[in-house]
Amino acid sequence: MNTLLVASEVKKTFIMHMRGGVELPVVANVSFSLKAGACAVLGGPSGVGKSSILKMLYGNYGCDSGQILVQHHGRHVDVASASPRLVLEIRRDTIGYVSQFLRAVPRVSALDVAAEPLLIRGVEREAAREQARGLFKELNLPEKLWSLPPATFSGGEQQRVNIARGFITDHPILLLDEPTASLDAANREVVIDLIARKKAEGAALLGIFHDLDVRNAVADHVIDVSAFAAGKAAA
Amino acid sequence: MSDADTLEALAKAGIPAPVKPLLTVEKLTRVYGKRIGCADVSFDLWPGEVLAIVGESGSGKTTLLNCISSRLTPTCGTVHYRMRDGVSADIYKMAEAERRYLMRTDWGFVHQNPIDGLRMTVSAGANVGERLMAVGNRHYGNIRGAAIEWLARVEIDEDRVDDQPRTFSGGMRQRLQIARNLVTEPRLVFMDEPTGGLDVSVQARLLDLLRGLVSDLGLAVVVVTHDLAVARLLSDRMIVMKEGRVIEAGLTDRVLDDPRAPYTQLLVSSILQV
Repeated sequence: MNTLLVASEVKKTFIMHMRGGVELPVVANVSFSLKAGACAVLGGPSGVGKSSILKMLYGNYGCDSGQILVQHHGRHVDVASASPRLVLEIRRDTIGYVSQFLRAVPRVSALDVAAEPLLIRGVEREAAREQARGLFKELNLPEKLWSLPPATFSGGEQQRVNIARGFITDHPILLLDEPTASLDAANREVVIDLIARKKAEGAALLGIFHDLDVRNAVADHVIDVSAFAAGKAAA
Repeated sequence: MSDADTLEALAKAGIPAPVKPLLTVEKLTRVYGKRIGCADVSFDLWPGEVLAIVGESGSGKTTLLNCISSRLTPTCGTVHYRMRDGVSADIYKMAEAERRYLMRTDWGFVHQNPIDGLRMTVSAGANVGERLMAVGNRHYGNIRGAAIEWLARVEIDEDRVDDQPRTFSGGMRQRLQIARNLVTEPRLVFMDEPTGGLDVSVQARLLDLLRGLVSDLGLAVVVVTHDLAVARLLSDRMIVMKEGRVIEAGLTDRVLDDPRAPYTQLLVSSILQV
């Protein structure tokens, strides 16, 4: 199977200058790979660094050391050392991300929030909105909400907008940070189905799922993040 | 071979010209006597990219903005701008007339206070039309038509076209100033605290409008702001300044979510949560 992403010996420490420069080691020696058509799951207890790993892969957090090689436009690029411009290009075309919480922009409708990743790629607005409508329908988001800004939506409604936004493109790599945390059983099934379809299309997925049913339904293998706990890896 | 010749040769061979920075700032420094305005600032700005310069009052961000937009001569350092013919020119080595023409056509400057960027005693339509006349448009009907179209794009009703901006609210004045700047289809716009002094609902509307215009027109923008939420909403990259120097730079969401420098951590941790 085609490997789309390889993380090797990635290390992350937070230095809290507001607290006298105390160092908070997060993870070290993070090494794994993601293959096309499979869903890997980051496992381990809360606070072990799962979200931090996703954020480093997406370029949202910097890495102290190590490499994150990604197949981008047919060549290998290192997210860990990429320039801001390259990171933005990788996000536009190669790595998608469903964050845990929606960052709402004032006055922008739910439909346009979900359609935006396609607009950035140059898809015509109405065509992008049509795809967003399809996903909203599938995710059972009430139609009366589509034209409203999601800031006042419930947690589950916001999460569905976020999922639509993440799944609307055909990014070869998709990162999922607890996409089903505030969903009911019926909508969890929809997300499981969406993930299965992405796999069938050949995408490589990496997710955090605390819900065991979802995890068992989607995971091809589990990456145990406790093995990368900083300090342990130093030994 | 000059840049222009190289581009022509590439075009003839059917090779798309590589994308190059629109603006290149190198080691830009401005001192006021013994005091530092800004020191040793370097960055590239690419077509369509939005760069935020953040920092508290007195950090040198407005001095920097004025130096790169040719409004304040730097003590040393250079600013190169890639003209529409693909040639990169040092803006401080241009003839004064050439630089003025650039500022009137290819660049825009949005001031914090709309009074500094508008003529308050001529009509809204004339404020927008004036920039078109400056680039050689003479047909009254066309100018008026373009002015009305631009007022609509910034959500000002057509029936206000003959009113003077002194009868407008603060938010409307700021939108008018934006229309006045964008009517000549500039490629680069400088903004100094564009949402400063507006109440939050007006600010949200303006930010949404700016976001839309920037992406529809593919504008490159350098925006100075002390408001990190504005930087997050508008910019791709940001520069954090303190005491005239750049202390952190990078992708906007990374600087805000994973700040490295002690000062940036202080700034980020000082944001009030609603």
